[in-house]
Amino acid sequence: MQNFIDAYSWVNLRFLLEGLWVTIYVSAISVVFSFIIGAILGFIRYVKIKYVSALVGFLIDVIRNLPLLLIIFFMYFGLPNTIGVRLSTVNAAILSLTIFESAMLAEIIRSGISAVDTGQMEAARSNGMSFMQAMWYIILPQALRRMVPPIVSQFVSLVKDSSLATIILLPELMFHSQVIYGQNTNYMIPMFVALAVLYFIICFLLSQLSHLLARKLG
Amino acid sequence: MISILTTYWPDFVEGLKYTLSASVLALIGSLIIGLIFALFVINPLKPLRVIGRIYIEIFRNIPLLVVAMFFYIVMPQFIPHLDGFTAGTIGLIIYTSAFIAETIRAGIESVDLGQMEAARSNGMSYIQAMRYIVLPQALKIVIPPLGNQFVNLVKNSSVLAFLAGFDLMYQGNLIASTTFKTTDTYLAVGLLYLILTMPLSYLMRYLEKHWSTGAAE
Amino acid sequence: MKQTHFKVRPFLLVGLLLTLLTVLSGCGDNLAQQDVMARVERTNRITWGVKNDTRLFGLMNIKTGQIEGFDVDIATAVSKEIFGKDVNVKFVPVTSNTRLPLLKNGNIDALAATMTITPERKKEIMFSDTYFNAGQAIMVKKGSKIKSVKDLTKGTKVLGLQGSNSVANIKKYAPQAKVLQLADTAQAFTALKSGQGDALTSDNGILYGLNRDDPKYQVVGGTFTNEPYGIGANKGQEKFVQAINKALKKIEADGTYQQIVDKWFGKVAGFDGSVIK
Repeated sequence: MQNFIDAYSWVNLRFLLEGLWVTIYVSAISVVFSFIIGAILGFIRYVKIKYVSALVGFLIDVIRNLPLLLIIFFMYFGLPNTIGVRLSTVNAAILSLTIFESAMLAEIIRSGISAVDTGQMEAARSNGMSFMQAMWYIILPQALRRMVPPIVSQFVSLVKDSSLATIILLPELMFHSQVIYGQNTNYMIPMFVALAVLYFIICFLLSQLSHLLARKLG
Repeated sequence: MISILTTYWPDFVEGLKYTLSASVLALIGSLIIGLIFALFVINPLKPLRVIGRIYIEIFRNIPLLVVAMFFYIVMPQFIPHLDGFTAGTIGLIIYTSAFIAETIRAGIESVDLGQMEAARSNGMSYIQAMRYIVLPQALKIVIPPLGNQFVNLVKNSSVLAFLAGFDLMYQGNLIASTTFKTTDTYLAVGLLYLILTMPLSYLMRYLEKHWSTGAAE
Repeated sequence: MKQTHFKVRPFLLVGLLLTLLTVLSGCGDNLAQQDVMARVERTNRITWGVKNDTRLFGLMNIKTGQIEGFDVDIATAVSKEIFGKDVNVKFVPVTSNTRLPLLKNGNIDALAATMTITPERKKEIMFSDTYFNAGQAIMVKKGSKIKSVKDLTKGTKVLGLQGSNSVANIKKYAPQAKVLQLADTAQAFTALKSGQGDALTSDNGILYGLNRDDPKYQVVGGTFTNEPYGIGANKGQEKFVQAINKALKKIEADGTYQQIVDKWFGKVAGFDGSVIK
């Protein structure tokens, strides 16, 4: 018990919260970017532009089938070496998460749109709507309702996945807890409890958001 | 990249062995545990439903790394001789089983409820109806998502690299730090992961398409 | 029609993938080639890679968020000596595994991160003169049967750091032992305490720092290698390395170096400060 009291000293808690802030910051930016990019890529894949869609689809499949850990390593160590940009750990983490999660989201969005009955598109078009109009007014609203739960659960994954960036010493929640218990192993169990609770709170709140959205849209 | 692959081929093979064993063991383990918790959450008994829900919500909302690390450095105080590979595989099982439980639950619930009632009114017990009527139908629905879970397992098993678990990612790290050829090493590692995961995920996409049209007929 | 589509695609895709990989692995030009001297004089800002989990050398102070230690002080003193008192010294945490790629990619200008000068590393980067003489040792739980590196026989497990010289050495000195490599010092020590290995091998200074964290563990058997630490810089930075060497001589002559040694190693039991230099 004493370990818990000592471990949750103000100094340690503040350090953990600093880590939590980086986790939230990196996740939030990656969520926005990956949603935009994922939506564009998913759409390109759905509309089947000759060659372009196949190429995009292939790149998405490659990224989806690689471990995120590898993408993080590659972005932090490999990419600067290859094209000569210098990335901070925060930017490398945001970039890796965005690349990985937008590929995952693109697939969700593509299959979400495809799942809406194709007959509806034809009906809308024969009623004089353009492809874009039919997409915007008929298909997307329906697809969105289907897509919200998987998209939000992908965002939850993103938050959880950001912990992997501890490998490049991103000063996020997991890393900061490792710094604390690394300096005093008595704090190990309290730190794991704190990690579990903090991640759970963020992720659980996020997934509740999905129910809320689903109800609104439904 | 090619020279890294050929020079360190034995190490890569070693890594592939560990990655595959961790993934296969974790798949079996998480299928069993996932099925148990799926049956919990759809159970008529409320306490079981609550336990199932809690388990699923907890482990779906905590990072795999936290779970695996916990088994690597905290659990050995209580269970000795829990090495990195074992700890990582246990972490994978617990983490993945929460997702598999959800997948199986959704699969079972998508089987028409009337069938359960019909089976029960024909004198089958709840367990018999589940075993002979509902689960076989649910199986077909859940195979593609379960296949995708296996792809996820192969990718997620890279968490073993944090625990000195000898997997592909770990070997890659060691090779990168001995040869200093970081980019080439990670490209090679990526290629090997793709060889494991790509065909499987294409197969699952094919099955998904094939079986869903089959079901509509 | 669908069938033929399905047959052609994988073949095309594999070709595409291989092309992509070849293109990516073929390139390689980066910022690290810029002259550090000129850039720092222009921007008044220098970035060092240091450890952040290694007590005595580079350890994150949880209270202040700053990294503190011998390497940090040496890096600061050297920077001020070369570029003047007002230079901005920035520290980026590195591990044994990440330090060389980060230097070569240009994320950091120089490394003071408990790094031994070795012939293999000399092929990749440049080193300054030695600024610290360490030696490899092993650490075990008090009361362990392992008394020296010779006791690391078949069936024993040794923990080490990925990318460190100690894991390369331990394979020579204890070829029978199983080596488990972790990402950084803190992870390796936590793993030792969790019973993931029978011994932890690293350099004596690092191990004494860990010993301070937890006196239930001890360094046994003395050192069995020489590990001269050098400051690392990129190839082609001859001017920078010469300036570092000059600065090292200067801080040694004016007593700054001794002050830093006393500050970090003066009170370390079992560590003879005279062997450092």
